Amino acid sequence: MGYANSLYLTGAEIGLSLTGLVLLLVTAWTGRGAARAITIAAVAALFGALIFTGVLLDETMTGLAGRAFGDLFTVDAFSSLAKILIYVATIGCLILAPHYFERHGEYRGEYPVLILFNAVGMGMMVSATNLMTLYIGLEMSSLASYVLASFARSDTRSSEAGLKYFVLGGLASGIILYGISLVYGFSGTTSYDGIRLAFAAQFTTGAVFGMVFVLAGLAFKISAVPFHMWTPDVYEGAPTPVTTFFASAPKVAAVAMLVRIAFEPFGGETGGWQQIVVFAALASIVVGALGAIGQQSLKRLLAYSSINNVGFILIGLAAATLEGASAVLTYLAIYVFMTLGSFAALLILRDPEGDKLTTFADIAGLATRSPALAWSLLFLMFSLAGIPPLLGFYAKFVIFQAAVEADMIALAAIGIAASVIGAFYYIKFVKVMFFDDAVDTRRFHAPAGHWAVLAICVIVNSPLGYLLTPWFGRMADAAGLSLFAFA
Amino acid sequence: MELPILSIMLAVPLVAAIACLFLPGSTARMVALAATLIDLALGIMLWLNFDIGGAQWQFTERAALFAGFQYALGIDGIALLLIMLSVFLMPICILASWDSITRRVGEYMAAFLLMEVLMIGVFAAQDLFLFYIFFEAGLIPMYLIIGVWGGDNRIYASYKFFLYTLLGSVLMLIAMLWMANAAGTTDIPTLMQYDFPAGAQIWLWLAFFASFAVKMPMWPVHTWLPDAHVQAPTAGSVILAGVLLKLGGYGFIRFSLPMFPDASAELAWLVFALSMIAVIYTSLVALVQADMKKLIAYSSVAHMAIVTVGLFAFNAQGLEGAMMVMLGHGLVSGALFLCVGVIYDRLHTREIARYGGLSINMPRYALLFLLFTMASIGLPGTSNFVGEFLALAGIYEVSTFVTLVCTTGIILGAAYMLFLYRRVAFGEQRNADAARMPDLNLREWAMLGPLAAAVLWMGIYPESFLAPMRGDIAMLEARLAPVAPQYDSALTAGTPREHAANYVAAEEHGPEGAH
Repeated sequence: MGYANSLYLTGAEIGLSLTGLVLLLVTAWTGRGAARAITIAAVAALFGALIFTGVLLDETMTGLAGRAFGDLFTVDAFSSLAKILIYVATIGCLILAPHYFERHGEYRGEYPVLILFNAVGMGMMVSATNLMTLYIGLEMSSLASYVLASFARSDTRSSEAGLKYFVLGGLASGIILYGISLVYGFSGTTSYDGIRLAFAAQFTTGAVFGMVFVLAGLAFKISAVPFHMWTPDVYEGAPTPVTTFFASAPKVAAVAMLVRIAFEPFGGETGGWQQIVVFAALASIVVGALGAIGQQSLKRLLAYSSINNVGFILIGLAAATLEGASAVLTYLAIYVFMTLGSFAALLILRDPEGDKLTTFADIAGLATRSPALAWSLLFLMFSLAGIPPLLGFYAKFVIFQAAVEADMIALAAIGIAASVIGAFYYIKFVKVMFFDDAVDTRRFHAPAGHWAVLAICVIVNSPLGYLLTPWFGRMADAAGLSLFAFA
Repeated sequence: MELPILSIMLAVPLVAAIACLFLPGSTARMVALAATLIDLALGIMLWLNFDIGGAQWQFTERAALFAGFQYALGIDGIALLLIMLSVFLMPICILASWDSITRRVGEYMAAFLLMEVLMIGVFAAQDLFLFYIFFEAGLIPMYLIIGVWGGDNRIYASYKFFLYTLLGSVLMLIAMLWMANAAGTTDIPTLMQYDFPAGAQIWLWLAFFASFAVKMPMWPVHTWLPDAHVQAPTAGSVILAGVLLKLGGYGFIRFSLPMFPDASAELAWLVFALSMIAVIYTSLVALVQADMKKLIAYSSVAHMAIVTVGLFAFNAQGLEGAMMVMLGHGLVSGALFLCVGVIYDRLHTREIARYGGLSINMPRYALLFLLFTMASIGLPGTSNFVGEFLALAGIYEVSTFVTLVCTTGIILGAAYMLFLYRRVAFGEQRNADAARMPDLNLREWAMLGPLAAAVLWMGIYPESFLAPMRGDIAMLEARLAPVAPQYDSALTAGTPREHAANYVAAEEHGPEGAH
């Protein structure tokens, strides 16, 4: 394959990198005034990448999957679909960002640039078919994330979150690297296909260690129990738009990367990792649900909620089937809209003085203060709880369907029973907004962009979202199939 | 049928519900009443066009709108009657909330209309997962109805209602996924004929039982009901008692019995045991209640136990009786909650001791209340008599002991209902404010009048209600026939005597005759 083809397949990443570099120069020379223009340019670039990836997805759906630069980088239906989700989530996060920082005069052009580089890294993570590409993508995304977490420099909590994230993220990267070196040592290659062949020939204890270390490091990135401790602190400390970003796009990327690693290089050793994933799944569901119950801070609560959701996603992975992979993507897609919507609502929640409202007490009686916001949050919370007819139910439905079809009925039964614990705090949201009396009757003023993001997320999560399921299901099935092409 | 009546019946209240969210209170009331009356008219059309003795499933609609399951609707006689019950009660509920709800009227009406959509959907769904969606979705509006417009302890009651019923239902979802995977279809009529392996049936049955027993509710998972009933606004209690409790019974008829006949037969003892405890225990609890709504709530649990007993008798009388009790209880308990609501609106207390002698100042109210009390006891000529008699006749063929216990429960039922009536309507006018209450107004007549008529119709000419479901009950009975239990009180043929009783041995008399 020639360079032309390689460049074509990596077009989205190259385009985003070049845009990022140019915008970095622009921001260096223009200063703070142009931050908004740079954001718009970054959103435009992401839109371009989105459309380009959509075209690639269309091509891969008809069977034209391709590898770029030797075996380093693949473009198949799975990576394209994951990238589309990543770009959509990133665009949503960028739309939500400026207003928040501008109130404190902290918005700078570096923010969209960092997000762009992050998007490039995430694209590489999901497309990597070599442990080296994977690591480069992962670090590119992580480094940008550390800076973003401490973006509100004047806020000590933000700096603390950034530092915590950096130290613990560095540790996780170390664990992954250690795992990679073991895997390399026992297979003699870093290419996914090569590892699979080598492991099929001989799967030694050392290789098991390597695999477990890689999975443990990745579990940290997706904040699965028992590697979840950083999540509530970082989510709470980071500025809300950054938290929105952490909870959406990088999570999609890390989960997609984990799924690819599990099915491609380690796809022959399903029995080796299935137990780990089953444990992490159930532990995440239970810890995520129990941890959230006592929380007063809405951001912390949503952090636990994301741990809880990762648990459900891992059930799809534990099924270790094509349906499971497809279910994971479907869940991720719906999760992105649920998370973006919830955080958009949190960002709208500020009183006219600009104080952030972030505890349950602040949203008491929201239904009388701002019915539109309260009803939107009601939809999103019931969707997160997985109550039909909202789309969140469909996400859980496909996951549990995959588990039952893989004959993991006990896992499915325990998982779904534990989801009732989670329902408790989601309905607490509704209780506070609808049943309690308002202490404050002032209304909220937020830019139209926030309301637009919220409206789109609510519409997708409403029963109307079911009309999208046949269309998305076809793509997710094609994506799942592309992971099993090797086997 | 060209006209998709069922879809229209779903669409009308849905559109009205969305409209109500944006309308001011007085308009929202009118819109809600109009929408429910249109649905009632559509329901009557449905009944008139239902071909009794025709195809089992009628008015079927099918569209592949979603991935994984289908938008498939259709009804048989059983579903038809339950849909009729829902659309009949809804306008009455709207009227019952006309003056008593003053806060956030639009949202209230929207929640009720949404409930109507979901109830019709549950009974009409022909796809396993579509059923589940309608079944579970009812939690959201009911949670709001109890939580926003309920009584003092509404938050506890709403949490309890939500989490109890959710926990009951989620395991059913896993069972449904397993069934869809094993049978390769999600079509309910097909699954009703599908034979699952006997070993799996037990687990599937238990998973469904967890859900339906909570909805029903059966002892010991009934405790959410008194809380929810007491705290919900009047119309909420009517819907809860009138229709939502019927979901459990409908689930048994539609899923547990035809899909898992072997497991049903094997675990019938469990149902009988729980039902017997429920009948006696909740009746005794009802006897000592000081709160009118709580008393009626406990009586609901007792009545529902008669339903489960009738269902698991596995014969036509039992099944028909169970259906008739469900329909009759839907009308009567709804009416009783309305009767409580009428005096609650005037005096704002549900405490029995605060009333007394109402037959003096509210004679018309006392008359209707008496009718519904008698119907609840199961007096011949009222709806509940037909159902209870059939259900008990059905169970008598299976177990005389269960019949004995359940009949005792009915006697206790007479005791607590008559005791309630005596304390509220008879005796002296102990409280001056209760004695000043005016009699029924026109709106209250419009609510209670049709209910009284329906109760009498059902009691005097039950054939109108039995005819549409006869074919479906017969099919269900045939499906259950191989596992039907033995008749423990059947007359058994003994060994015949050799001679008639007055036979006198000829040879002993011989010598005497020679004299």
